[in-house]
Amino acid sequence: MSPLIRPLLFAALLAVTAAAPAYTLEEFKFDSPAQEQEFRALIAKLRCLVCQNESLAGSQAELAQDLRNEVYRMLRAGQSEDEILDFLVARYGDFVLYDPPLKPSTYVLWFGPFVIIGVAAFFMVRSVLRRKPTGDDAMSDAERERLRTLLDTDADIRAGEPSPPTPKQSI
Amino acid sequence: MAMSKSVRYLTPLIVFAGLVVLLVWGLGQDPREVPSPLIGKPVPTFSLPALEDPDRTVSDADLKGKISLVNVWASWCNSCRAEHQALMVLSEIPDFQIVGLNWKDEATDALRVLQLTGNPYDLNGYDPDNTVGIHWGVYGAPETFVVDQEGIIRYKHIGPIDREVWEQKLQPLVAELRARS
Repeated sequence: MSPLIRPLLFAALLAVTAAAPAYTLEEFKFDSPAQEQEFRALIAKLRCLVCQNESLAGSQAELAQDLRNEVYRMLRAGQSEDEILDFLVARYGDFVLYDPPLKPSTYVLWFGPFVIIGVAAFFMVRSVLRRKPTGDDAMSDAERERLRTLLDTDADIRAGEPSPPTPKQSI
Repeated sequence: MAMSKSVRYLTPLIVFAGLVVLLVWGLGQDPREVPSPLIGKPVPTFSLPALEDPDRTVSDADLKGKISLVNVWASWCNSCRAEHQALMVLSEIPDFQIVGLNWKDEATDALRVLQLTGNPYDLNGYDPDNTVGIHWGVYGAPETFVVDQEGIIRYKHIGPIDREVWEQKLQPLVAELRARS
């Protein structure tokens, strides 16, 4: 590639990128910073249904822009946060909320992990309590003797040699 | 004793197998198919200019008295083009009307599509700014709602209609609604 073409290509790429429409939150104007705060907090709680792991605050999907406009319109019309959330849930379902509400159909979701931990803890505690000392782990005299020899030898070696350098902690 | 021991050792395996079944089932689910909370509810009140004639209106009143398939479509939507032929076939059936919701589209583009490929719709509401689509919980095209004679939404299909969807989901429902009246 000639040295001239590269900057030209780069410029062309920039032009194309600049031409792509991007939604920003700047276009929404508010009466007060508090209202803007409320708007931003609200759209962060709502899911974009097209790109499902993005919130309305971050999504570039057209539908997300439509819903942002709707939330903006309702907020400006003086509707409360709950009214706006209820409006969207009534049309798009609970899925539009990032935080699933607590109700019978989501009990498994909310309480399931605690139930599983509880059951696991029950079995663990039971198996620990049931474990009786068998006497097998007591050492015989011969074993005791051997252990002492081993420990002594180890201590001798360490005493006679400089301690090994501590390995550098890798980052 | 041997029995309880084998149960103890097999339990983790069984639990694991259960999890595998659950996850495989989960993989088969389509996360795009978000269930609509509008099922069993009356259609939202709306009023839109007709696509073909802006002086005419299409409203919720048009959805009462007969079974309707309300089809959300747009000229820019490829899957809508894919299901267009199926809609043409369905438009021959007299048991229901097909009402289009032309969604986030340009009227000239939409009309050209109908001119070139045929018009399966009995009525078409023109909703370029998604003012009505939001109330129907529309989040993509195509989507198709089955609305009964009383104007109650009975079913929502997300994605294009094909023979399988018609035969397995929509046709039995339409037959059931017809038998009721």
